[in-house]
Order: sequence, then C-alpha cells, then structure tokens
Amino acid sequence: MAERLMSVKCFDEMRTRDGEMRPHYRPFADWLERTSPERIAQKREEAERAFHRVGITFAVYGEDSGTERTIPFDLVPRIIPADEWAVLDAGLKQRVTALNRFLHDIYNEQAILAAGKVPAERVLGNTQYRREMVGIKVPGGIYAHIAGVDVVRAGAGEYYVLEDNLRVPSGVSYMLENRRMMMRLFPELFATRSIRPVQHYPDMLRENLHAVAPAGIERPVVAVLTPGAYNSAYFEHAFLAQQMGVELVEGQDLFVQNDTVYMRTTRGPQRVHVIYRRVDDDFLDPMAFRRDSQLGVPGLFAAYRAGRVTLANAIGTGVADDKSIYPYVPEMIRFYLGEEPILSNVPTWVLHREEDLAYVLAHLDELVVKEVHGAGGYGMLIGPAATVAEREAFRARIVAAPDRYIAQPTLALSTCPTFVASGVAPRHIDLRPYVLSGRDVSLVPGGLTRVALREGSLVVNSSQGGGTKDTWVLAE
Amino acid sequence: MLCRTANELFWMARHIERAENTARLLDVTYRTSLLPYAPHTAGLSWAEPWSVPLITSGLATTYYERHPQITAESVLRYMILDSTNGSSIYCCLRAARESARSVRGAITSEMYEDLNSAWLEMRGYDYARIEVGGVSDFLDWVKMRSHLFRGVTFGTMLRDEAYHFIRLGTHIERADNTARILDTKYHILLPSVTDVGGAVDYYQWLSLLQSVSGFESYRKIYSDTITSLRVAELLVLRDDMPRSLHSCMNFIHETLERLCDGGSRELERQAGELHARLHYGRTDEIIDTGLHEYLMDFLERISALGEEVSRVFLVPTY
Repeated sequence: MAERLMSVKCFDEMRTRDGEMRPHYRPFADWLERTSPERIAQKREEAERAFHRVGITFAVYGEDSGTERTIPFDLVPRIIPADEWAVLDAGLKQRVTALNRFLHDIYNEQAILAAGKVPAERVLGNTQYRREMVGIKVPGGIYAHIAGVDVVRAGAGEYYVLEDNLRVPSGVSYMLENRRMMMRLFPELFATRSIRPVQHYPDMLRENLHAVAPAGIERPVVAVLTPGAYNSAYFEHAFLAQQMGVELVEGQDLFVQNDTVYMRTTRGPQRVHVIYRRVDDDFLDPMAFRRDSQLGVPGLFAAYRAGRVTLANAIGTGVADDKSIYPYVPEMIRFYLGEEPILSNVPTWVLHREEDLAYVLAHLDELVVKEVHGAGGYGMLIGPAATVAEREAFRARIVAAPDRYIAQPTLALSTCPTFVASGVAPRHIDLRPYVLSGRDVSLVPGGLTRVALREGSLVVNSSQGGGTKDTWVLAE
Repeated sequence: MLCRTANELFWMARHIERAENTARLLDVTYRTSLLPYAPHTAGLSWAEPWSVPLITSGLATTYYERHPQITAESVLRYMILDSTNGSSIYCCLRAARESARSVRGAITSEMYEDLNSAWLEMRGYDYARIEVGGVSDFLDWVKMRSHLFRGVTFGTMLRDEAYHFIRLGTHIERADNTARILDTKYHILLPSVTDVGGAVDYYQWLSLLQSVSGFESYRKIYSDTITSLRVAELLVLRDDMPRSLHSCMNFIHETLERLCDGGSRELERQAGELHARLHYGRTDEIIDTGLHEYLMDFLERISALGEEVSRVFLVPTY
C-alpha cells in the first residue's frame, strides 16, 4: 500500500493524466478561456486590496509584533463533484462520531482500552490526556463540537484523512470569506446555481452550541472566548462572534462566582452558558491549569465541572487528535459503530514499535516523519526533499526519542491549477472540512482548500507560504 | 454590552475626534504663522504660533525633552507623525483602528473597513510626502477621514448601546477641544492688549473660527465684524453650532440619560448640571467670570464627567 502511494504520480484535480479536462471543471475552464488575462490580473489585485481593507489577516509568529499578512488567495477554485462529496460527507461524519465516542469512553468507562483495541499507556500516558476530565459529564457526551479534519487526495485520486484537529481548529473564516470574495469578483460563475452554498456555517455553529447548553437553560447565552487581538487567528474569532451575533470575550471580561460564569457588561454581570473557546486547554483557568495564564478565567474549570457552563471544545480533546493515537482511529470506528471506515487513514509507522522504527530508519529518504505533538508544519522531515545532512540530523533526533515520532509515506498530494508568476500551473493542495457536533453531526458542503504556492512544495500551512482557494461542492 | 467593548468604542471615537482636532489646531497654526503680523520669537511662548498646538494639547514639556527648539517642521513632525506622541495624528489613527479591531463585532464592517483603510493610508505618509503634497492638503485629508468615519457610523450603525458610547466619546472629546482652542485665543491676546480690535486681533479670531468651521456660521448669524464676545457666544452658548460647548453638552446629556436609564443618579446629575449651565447661561456671565476662568472650570467639569462615565460603565469595579 505504502509503495503504491509513493510510486503513482500525483493526481490533478482539473485534468486526467492524458491531459483531458475532467467534466466537472469544464464550465470553469470555458469561463477562464473567455476571460482576458487583464481582467483576471485586475481581479487578483482587487482581491488582495479587499482582504487587506477588510482586515482578513493573520499575525505571523516570529516576525515583528503587529505584522499582519493576508493569506494569498488563489482565484482558481477547487471543485469537488457531488458523488465524491457524498462519500466525504458520510466518511467525515462517521469519523467524528467515533472520535467523540472515543473521548467519552476514555474519560469514563475506558471500554476500548479494556478491549485492548488502543494501547492504554498510549492514551493514559499521553500529555494531552487530562486526568481532571475523568468522570465529568459533558452535555450530550460531545467533546469535539468543532472538528477540522484534514483530507488529502493521493495518486489515484483516492481521499485520505491526514489529521483530525479536535482542539481549536481554525481557518473556517477563510472558507467563508473566500466564497464571499469569489461571488463578489466573478458573480457570473455562480449564475448556473450549481455550486452549493456554505454561508450558513455560522448559523449551524450557533445552533450546535445552543444544543449543548447546560440542562434546563431555555435561551442560552453563548460567547466566543479569544486570547485577544494579538492572536494569529483573532480575525476569525471576531468574525465568528459577529456572524453568530454573540459576544466576543477575553478572559478579563469574564468572572466566576458560585460556579457560575458571568460577563462584565455595562448593565452589570450577565450569565454565560456556553463558551466557544479559542484558548488552549493550558491557558483556560490559572487555578486549574497553567498558573501564569493571563488569558484565562479563574474558577472556570470548577464551573465547568459543576455543569454550570459548557466549553466547546471540551477540555482534553487533544488526546484524540494526537499523531500517536491517529493510527487507531479506524479501529475506533469499528469498535464503537460496528462499521468499516469509509475514509482511509494514511498508513503510519509508529516508531515506538521496533520493527516500524527499523523500517523508517532504513527509508528516511522516502518518508515524511512527524513529531507526535508538532503542529503547523513545524518539526517535520520530508525525506525526499531534505538534504543528506538534514536527514542525518533528524535520524539522531528519532533515535534519541523514537516514541516522539511517527512516519508516513510521502503522499503525492493532488494538484490544482493555480495562478503563479508564470501563469497558471499545478500546485499541491489539501482540504479541511469542518464537522459540527451537538444538535446532530453535520457539515457544510465544502471546507478550506489550502495550496502550497511554491513549486513542488507539499507544505500548505499559511505560516509556511501556503495560500487558499475557494472550494466548490457541486450540486449534481 | 461588555464593559471592555464600551471602553474601546468610547476611545475609538475619542481618538478619531482627537486626530481631527489636532489637524484643525495645526491648520489654524499654519494659517496664523503665515500672517505678516505673526511675531516670530523663537521659544515657548504664546506669541510663537508653533508653540500654540503644544501648549493647547499640554505637550510642551515632552516636546522639549526631545527637541531643542520650536520650528514649524519639528512641531509638525511631532504632532503628525511621531509614534511616541500619543496625541499625534499617527498615534490617534492607530489607536482608533486598534480599538475598532478589538471590537469589530460591535461595529459595522463598513466602519471597520473605513478606519482600517485610513490607517493603511496614514502609514504611507512621511514628512517629505506631506510637504510635497502640501501641509494643508494633508490636514484636510485627516479632517475628511474623520468626516467620512462619522458619516459611515451615522449611516450604517444600529442605534444601540454601541452607537451611544461612540457618540458620547466623540462629544466629550470635542467639547474638551473647543474649550482648549478658545482658550488659546485668550492667551494669544494677553501679550499686547493694545492690539485688541486691531488687524492682528481680527485675523487671529478669523483663523480660530475657521479652525472650528465657524467662520461661515459667524457671518450668517451676525453679519458683522468679529468680536470676542460674539465668538464666545457662538462657541460656548449657541446650541445650533455643532462644535459649541452647548451643542456638545446637548448630545452628552441626552446620550447619558439614555444610557443611565435611571441607573446612575450621580452621573445623570453631573451631566444635567453642566448642561443646564450652558443651556441657561448668558454672555455677561462669562465676561464677569472671565473667559479663561470660565473655560478652565468647564474643562475641569468635563474631565470629571469623563471619569464618572469610566467608573460607571467602562472600567467596572465589581
């Protein structure tokens, strides 16, 4: 399997290997043909200006404080045909359902550990496992209310889940703004009414958050908790709060009295029932977690434990999206749902297993090695692209602490035509759909398509030179 | 509404208004400095036109810490571009935009986009560019951005609490500024009492009126020569003059009645009292008190009112 993934050349979203246009791209390609390069260039500039003015920016860590950049937006959409989406939709719902069941299980009965389907020490010894959560009853048994599942498409066009993001996944505002931008720049493209809308995401999110309010609350008050205006994803926090019509709060705006959370308002204290928090577990409550946190709310965890407030996502979800747990997700689906996984995992070598370690060390030049707790494209080795020296340096790090790493075949991520300096050229892409749980398990048709703008690059992260595209799911 | 949000909105409005007022103050200084009568004695003195914006804004001491003397260029640089001077136009626009950014859910997207593009444009200015384009043109641009923002606010925003805190900030800042600008004239007058009624006096009143967009109104209302008494009446007591103290207090009083809604008697009382003094005030009362003393008293009261607003709504103590 691994060999097949690596040997096949990458799949292009627009054209078949023989250079023929795939039918679902034909209307767009025709439009592109008819549209003058000058108009496209003008529209690209217009988009860049508009993103800056609207302030759709992110802060880049490590650069001067206050540096704000826009994420490059590419005008060629990524198009997904209806039948492919039907499979993705079912597969993603199945996967997130199982992950929520898993989280509930490991903080309660621990049946899957008892059954030996997931090694107990990988879960209970994981730094992301929050002992404080054991036995706490969360509304509806839902832990990951918002999941951003990274999906890629490999050589023969089959989809793989690369990563489950269950902590505070970001990027959904770009999905929404990219669509708004495309509709504004090229309204004629939408006239055929074959592109499924995504703009109801904030309403869906609010409904799901309402559904997980503490029992007995008729009209729950929801707030979005942000680390503040200097956080890299601040734009998104403000955007979602505004779109849902709820308050955007910082830690200092909240206080806890008698296990009840209140906002400080101009009319006095107002109770909050559901907090969509975009602050990491560690920083939520200096009385329960990191004492030096300036971002949290003292007493929040006690209120949470008492069932007086709901946090979305729940505390301790990180254990389920940890790269060392990832290989067991198909097993979870079988265990909890009695179904075969609809979407495949990428084959993964778990380096605390000796035979896996030996194989990986012998094939470093072919594989991608990832740090188990790394995120954002940091702390990884892309074997085929690395120099000998880089590989040897990484080898030493692996040997020193094998259980901190996993390895996967270097996926030939699919490509999509993209505007580059020299014209339109294929660039590698991935896809992050957002799955919501609470009222039910649902997702809007689409997601965030990220594109690696450098030729040949497989790293799509915005912090590493990635851009984004509008994602079209076709109605038929 | 969150107290922090109300606080940011209040200061967003104050900073935009302050940027406009700094532009107005520099504009009147610039005009005065072009008069042949303007005495050009170097140093900090009311007789030196370029010291006026520093004294009015209470920035003379900090200015001298970094600049040996007063020249048109260094005062303009300090008041327009200096990122260490919190009242410079640069800093005001930055602060307003930062406030807007931190509460963008509470304002309309048009308002945020307007402030953001003002800030992005401001960042493109340096002294050379301002000089080439003309100082007055730049100051007009600042005024236009402020007008534009007010227009966008007026035209797009729901009349909710957020709107009222913005309005409150605008008018408290404006009242403070009008009182300060009017007081500069009192000081400018002092050095040579003999000039009162002379050409210098006339042009100084003229540029002062122009700096608060009051010259045309003055002509309409009085259609007569400019006298200090009438200017004081226009900028203090008339309620149909949008930058007068009375007009500002009308807005402040009305807005606070709405916001307090019977909840904070002391704040309502303070606003009501200050409003009544202007509403029922007479010019001979001002003359008896002395214009300077009258204005100082007003500045003290409006500042106390600002602090009370802060205590009740913006920085809660519970």
